[in-house]
Amino acid sequence: MDKSNPVASAVKFRGGGFAPTPLRGVGALVFFALIAFAEFGTRSGFISALTLPRPSDVLLTFKELYTSGLLWKHLLPSLTRLAVGAALGVSAGICVGVAIGLFSLVRAGLVPVVAAIFPIPKIALLPLFVIWFGIDEGSKYALIAFGTFTPTVVATYGAVDNVDRTLIRMGQSFGLSWFSIVRKIVLPGAMPGILSGLRISLAIAIILLVAAEMLGAEYGIGAYILEAGALYDLERLFAGVVILSVIGVIVSATLGLLERRLLDWRT
Amino acid sequence: MEIRLEGVSHHYADMEVLRDITLDIPQGKIVCIVGPSGCGKSTLLRLIGGLEQATGGRILQVGDAPADCLNPLTYIFQDFALLPWRTVAGNVSLVLEDHGISGQQANKIIDDVLNRTNLQSFRHAWPRQLSGGMKQRVSIARALAVNPAVMLMDEPLSALDSQTRELLMDDLIGLWTATQFTAVYVTHNLAEAVRLGHHIVLLSRRPGRISDIISLDMPLNERHFGDPVLEAQQARLWTMMRDEARAADAELLHG
Ligand SMILES: Nc1ncnc2c1ncn2[C@@H]1O[C@H](COP(=O)(O)OP(=O)(O)OP(=O)(O)O)[C@@H](O)[C@H]1O
Ligand SMILES: [Mg+2]
Repeated sequence: MDKSNPVASAVKFRGGGFAPTPLRGVGALVFFALIAFAEFGTRSGFISALTLPRPSDVLLTFKELYTSGLLWKHLLPSLTRLAVGAALGVSAGICVGVAIGLFSLVRAGLVPVVAAIFPIPKIALLPLFVIWFGIDEGSKYALIAFGTFTPTVVATYGAVDNVDRTLIRMGQSFGLSWFSIVRKIVLPGAMPGILSGLRISLAIAIILLVAAEMLGAEYGIGAYILEAGALYDLERLFAGVVILSVIGVIVSATLGLLERRLLDWRT
Repeated sequence: MEIRLEGVSHHYADMEVLRDITLDIPQGKIVCIVGPSGCGKSTLLRLIGGLEQATGGRILQVGDAPADCLNPLTYIFQDFALLPWRTVAGNVSLVLEDHGISGQQANKIIDDVLNRTNLQSFRHAWPRQLSGGMKQRVSIARALAVNPAVMLMDEPLSALDSQTRELLMDDLIGLWTATQFTAVYVTHNLAEAVRLGHHIVLLSRRPGRISDIISLDMPLNERHFGDPVLEAQQARLWTMMRDEARAADAELLHG
């Protein structure tokens, strides 16, 4: 290299990236593009009407469903099952998860049990639940509750395990009671983990809801989809699927709101 | 209230950490404990604070804590240990709630300790918004709130940069001058020890034994940064522990 006159060039930038930034409207745009593509494809004919219903037809079907009053007839029982089942499963799951996190005896006793029932496809147990809780709502509540219970337990005790031990030591050093330490240090510290576990649990709840309704219900989104599927009525099938997606999006948005309210100290 | 250690020793499994520590922590004095890393300083402090039980010897509390003292032995942690989900005021009120102090009465105490640590304007701030120095001030304020008889500080300034450390040392000297609290102050920083300690206890490498106790008579508020007398003391301490520190260092390297 020429020492007297070295070539100056800018230092190459190689940082950046790996930091998700919120981009508003991109999600909606992707949805819109996909639907527009389906609409265009079915209209122009390069997607045959047998493979995919036309989005505008699905919308019409949905409108019909709404005006005929059938929408609420299907939606209300579904939402009730979802709410009751998930509430039971999630609250029991959080209690058991916290107990596992706090007591070695409970941990030693229950962690293997939870590991054993986690991978069971809960839907396979529906006949059993029908015998135990009856053919009506009971078995559906039980199925959803059971399905949300295990992931909630695992997420909760993981979150309790991850609470900063020095904070607990601090609580003890100030002479806080055991109950205060749990309520004011362990539970708030575990809250982020519990909430992210809820996202998974509630998605599972929706899946199980439909499965339960498909196996036996007069009304409900699952029953509606099953009936449409049996008749190869793709418009109605998709209308039902869209309702499920919307429920999923609403649940996820509600959790996001809850996170922002409960975890406002984080950002 | 004083603390007296009589022949305290401690083992972890078959590892001897502390051997025959006999020591008095006199009322109203700051006792600094220095020693090479791994010699059991933090362990000793946990024993004094009752967070762990010594395997040998006795740790005595001589005399009663003052009546208005809510938590006689109170820690200040190296990593602050603030609850991130509570504001500055909330972190202080945490340690009052269990004593049934709330509302007006709690506010009075919180105002008082935040004033004494110059945190008035940070009352509603979240810990994540504070610098390290401010966080440690909050943790000092929290300790002051329970009116401790003895403060137990485990390297309280070690997580801070050296300028902030100077500022906080001045704060601690100010606090002590105002209310002559009793404290055990663990540090590996000899400059801190000669600035804050009335007595400096030198521990040997593991198993930690008391190898020397040095008393400094100069009043705390006359000890300033760069004072030649203090620097001479610091140099003396360093010559006393250099070989121990080197040996301890080599020990860690060889497992
Ligand atoms: N809970 C524990 N179980 C087993 N060994 C421990 C435990 N706590 C500390 N030790 C060991 O005891 C010895 C003394 O530890 P301690 O933390 O008291 O030293 P220290 O003087 O505070 O060191 P440092 O200067 O690094 O803070 C170390 O060798 C450490 O590994
Ligand atoms: Mg230590």
